[in-house]
Amino acid sequence: MEIQVAEAVKWVMICKTDDVPQNGGACVKYKDEQIAIYNFARRGEWYATQNLCPHKQQMVLSRGMIGSTGDACEPKVACPFHKKAFSLISGECLSGEEYQLKTYPVKVEAGMVYLGIE
Amino acid sequence: MSQQSIPTVVVIGNGMVGYKFCEKLVGKSANFRIIVFGEEPRRAYDRVHLSEFFNGKTAEDLAMSAEGWYQEKDIVLHLGDPVIEIDRLGKTVRSSGGKVQPYDYLVLATGSGAFVPGIPGVEKEGVFVYRTIEDLVLIQQYARNCRTGAVMGGGLLGLEAAKALIDLGIEQTHVIEFAPRLMPRQVDSVGSKTLQAKLEALGLQMHLSKSTANIAGNGKINALEFADGTSLEVDMLVISAGIRPRDEVAKLAGLEVGTRGGIVVNEKMQTSDSSIFAIGECALHEGTIYGLVAPGYEMAEVVANQLCSGDKGFYGFDMSTKLKLIGVDVASFGDPFVAEPDGRSIVFEDANKGIYKRINISNDGKYLLGGVLVGDADAYNMLLQTVNNKLVLPPNPEDLILGARGGEASSGAGVMSLPDDALICSCEAVTKGDICSAVNEQNITSVDGMKKCNKAGTGCGGCVPLVKDLITGTMKENGQYIKNVVCEHFDHSRQELFDLMKINNIRTYDDALDTFGKGDGCEVCKPVVASVLASLWNDVIVKQHTIQDSNDRYLANIQKGGTYSVVPRIPGGEITPDKLIVIGQVAKEYGLYTKITGGQRIDLFGAHVSDLPAIWEKLIDAGFESGHAYGKALRTVKSCVGSTWCRFGLHDSVSFAIEVEDRYKGIRAPHKLKGGVSGCIRECAEAQSKDFGIIATEKGWNLFVCGNGGSKPQHALLLATDVDKETCVKYLDRFLMFYIKTADPLTRTATWLNKMEGGISYLKNVIINDSLGINEQLEEEMQALINNYHCEWKEVVQNPELRKQFNHFVNAPEEKDPYVQFDTMREQVKAKEW
Repeated sequence: MEIQVAEAVKWVMICKTDDVPQNGGACVKYKDEQIAIYNFARRGEWYATQNLCPHKQQMVLSRGMIGSTGDACEPKVACPFHKKAFSLISGECLSGEEYQLKTYPVKVEAGMVYLGIE
Repeated sequence: MSQQSIPTVVVIGNGMVGYKFCEKLVGKSANFRIIVFGEEPRRAYDRVHLSEFFNGKTAEDLAMSAEGWYQEKDIVLHLGDPVIEIDRLGKTVRSSGGKVQPYDYLVLATGSGAFVPGIPGVEKEGVFVYRTIEDLVLIQQYARNCRTGAVMGGGLLGLEAAKALIDLGIEQTHVIEFAPRLMPRQVDSVGSKTLQAKLEALGLQMHLSKSTANIAGNGKINALEFADGTSLEVDMLVISAGIRPRDEVAKLAGLEVGTRGGIVVNEKMQTSDSSIFAIGECALHEGTIYGLVAPGYEMAEVVANQLCSGDKGFYGFDMSTKLKLIGVDVASFGDPFVAEPDGRSIVFEDANKGIYKRINISNDGKYLLGGVLVGDADAYNMLLQTVNNKLVLPPNPEDLILGARGGEASSGAGVMSLPDDALICSCEAVTKGDICSAVNEQNITSVDGMKKCNKAGTGCGGCVPLVKDLITGTMKENGQYIKNVVCEHFDHSRQELFDLMKINNIRTYDDALDTFGKGDGCEVCKPVVASVLASLWNDVIVKQHTIQDSNDRYLANIQKGGTYSVVPRIPGGEITPDKLIVIGQVAKEYGLYTKITGGQRIDLFGAHVSDLPAIWEKLIDAGFESGHAYGKALRTVKSCVGSTWCRFGLHDSVSFAIEVEDRYKGIRAPHKLKGGVSGCIRECAEAQSKDFGIIATEKGWNLFVCGNGGSKPQHALLLATDVDKETCVKYLDRFLMFYIKTADPLTRTATWLNKMEGGISYLKNVIINDSLGINEQLEEEMQALINNYHCEWKEVVQNPELRKQFNHFVNAPEEKDPYVQFDTMREQVKAKEW
């Protein structure tokens, strides 16, 4: 599944790996879009979602804390405003509400971060 | 339905009870035309809280209904136009303005007026009654030129009026009472003495068994002359010697009235004319005038019910009351005066703290008959329930007023003692009962589960700690074993984690997670570990910025719209004109909204995250430091101006507040910390609502701890009396460090104390008597934190790497977030509504 997505997208070099703090997020600008990138260094994984928290329409998800939940250690980000948590894999809201985040494929090569844009 | 077939109800009087009657009637049926005549020029207002008018509440704040309510409900309201005549044969009323209004039913809710005894001189300038907002306006105007004042009447209303005079700044307020004690109708003589001592300590001067013979003065009052030949010089007098039912219109119409006033009614509230009712303080039921609002409301309910063909009756009313008089709790319930041979009393008196409690029990020891509480009325609701529901008393009924003794834990103040209908989450209207039954019936055991189940805590989130306590409390009651753990990643409580991290010299979050936790962490354990790290080592927190909570991560408070607010430290609230100018200049340059905070400093709102370092650079250049308004840390130490300027001040409260604020600034704790220092007992710094409060006394300082404002306000408790500055600071060091080390995450000192087994006496033992033998260590640990103080904004401003963390776009650092937008309001910006 992931491979299929990866093949369908255009990869855009978006920032340096050093720009995104370890085990945290940062916001990047792509055209007029704000995208949150997460450097989950503890797991050696990178994720990206929309920066807008759908709960109160605030551009802040990159400033949220990341972590994991449940036996499967689902990676998640919690919005700094009201701590609504979202899966970094599916973008689904984990706080029992009907919100959904857009997620983006991310890859890292030679110290640079690439976003997969449709 | 045609107009004719709808009965017309005319209500005379637009006080609290008259209003409540209208509200109840329109709530039950739309088939009445309601017409109200009121004497006063404004809509019905809350007379019970009249004295709040002097604390800044306006007449509109006190109004019982919103503007337009009467119109909305199709009620015709004639204000400033009292009814002066009732024609019972023609079934009409005539108002002083000449309006003639036919009625089918007439409801008299004329209330009462102040009883003014026939003392020579009552007509003099400077003599007032205390009844309406108009009276209060007159008192307020006159009091400006007065230094001394007296209140005639030491009952409930009289003491309220005395409080009003104190609030108006009258330096010497006297209370004159004819009886030998205060509140003779509600409180027994020992209770009165206790109350008197407390009120005298607050500056009221009492004159009991005094009969006023003459009000002296040439045109305006200058003294009171008593029957015993003594006199008292006063600039003004407020008469509050009782109430007189307003029955003149009824009397004129030939309705039956009592010999000492009051319109005689039966259990249906009908007067001697069956289509005329009387309710509230003008009604005389079985020889009693009910001078409280609750029975008045009950009478209103009875009449509304009758008009809708119900058969509800009025059969007397419980006159139990609980009130706070000038900060002193007084309660009286059931029959407060029962004595042998009709019952037995259990009495507890603590002259030291000014507490008096008496309960009267039946001769067989089975039932509670009534009682009196002065100084501490926490047990009132429970005791009243016991009387009213005829609950059988426990084998040791003294426990009801003394609490559990012999070192056992007191369970009184915990959340589980709240009634089931107590509102816990006010955003989503979830009660304690809802939460407990979710635990019991649906087996919900976590806050997250509760959020999904009934939305408790999903609004502002302020109630989450309370929800958590209720879940644990309910589970404990069910005998379920609870391990207090931080979250799914750490199988330890915060206190355990604190000790483990200290012993193992843990310096980073990852190290803590690897050593004591599992998984990848989350938004719960990261800030907890961050707080423990800060409390242990006091290092620069933004070196580990991704584990910090929302505000700590950017050393500023995130606000609606994603901008931040900036609060420079203004220790003790003292600031130079030059520094004020700098704040103004910075605010103008960055387009910030400015507001004075509750903690005597200035908040600057609407800063872009990327502007924060530059803003702070300017503030730091002008000599400011971080105010830690964003941290679970010491916020402010509020002060009154103290002896440097104030004529009442005993010591220099400002200097002490600055000293204490500078001492503990930057120290992180399980939750925010607030302090206050007052220069005298008038307590202008409101120190008793703070986590620690210091109040000057003649001999030194009193230290109070564990007070709280917020959603569940709680007064601070006295930890030490008349101590010198050094001792005060030493106790504070120990107290704060003990709290920092042992409290659960996000637990304020008040809640921490409430959960502590043994409560304040245990805490005193630890802090003052060193019962745990840890005080030396606590002091050393605190000193280490103080020695490690740094202004964290200064560290950021001087460090280019740290500054970079504040860019909004990492790939376009010079660009601000274009999504940020403002509206304007009163010439400043405000966040766009979400």
